Amino acid sequence: MSIEVRIPTILRPYTKDQKTVSAEGATLSAVISHLDSQYAGIGERLLENGSLRRFINVYINDEDVRFLGGLEAPVKAGDSVTILPAVAGG
Amino acid sequence: MSLTISRTIVNAILEQSRAEYPDECCGVILGPVGSDSPIRLKPMVNAAHSPTFYEFDPKDLLALYREIDDRDEEIVVIYHSHTETEAYPSRTDIAYAGEPGAHYVLVSTRKEIAPATEFRSYRIIDGVVTEESVDITD
Repeated sequence: MSIEVRIPTILRPYTKDQKTVSAEGATLSAVISHLDSQYAGIGERLLENGSLRRFINVYINDEDVRFLGGLEAPVKAGDSVTILPAVAGG
Repeated sequence: MSLTISRTIVNAILEQSRAEYPDECCGVILGPVGSDSPIRLKPMVNAAHSPTFYEFDPKDLLALYREIDDRDEEIVVIYHSHTETEAYPSRTDIAYAGEPGAHYVLVSTRKEIAPATEFRSYRIIDGVVTEESVDITD
């Protein structure tokens, strides 16, 4: 069983336009590493200096990962990870 | 490139920008996937409650994307107001712009032009801002 990852439009050039991809890992960090090994470059769009980029929101199932431990948030088979660009500005 | 939008929606956004002044207001206009038609206005809460910044609450953002997926809609327009400056994307707006398919609409309520208002539309792709014409239909 793997983890479903939903990819936002802006990152679909990395996933050959796939809206949903699969990845494996026991933590969000591991899932992102596994994603990057399949879709080179996507990791850098999500991380900066070892943390999640401020412009990116990540959810496990329906919960914002900021409340689940960030990159160390536990993930299990069957979970759904959703990545969304923040909508914000000045 | 251009944005075609109804006067009813334009007026509602301008009204929202005045109602939420001095904070920036924000929201989206949704339409059927692939239509490029802004039909359903959805004002959003500015979680920053600020005159110089706007941000959708992350929970609201997830709910919005779930809702449009269920309804086969997409975000056609992302809009917000500038309260004291021109209706042109700021550096922060450009840094955050994460929807390459959306029209980014800015309105301004700045005093210099009051009671007139600005309503302008842009594409923001890979950090490049391109203004487009706005056709308002009655």
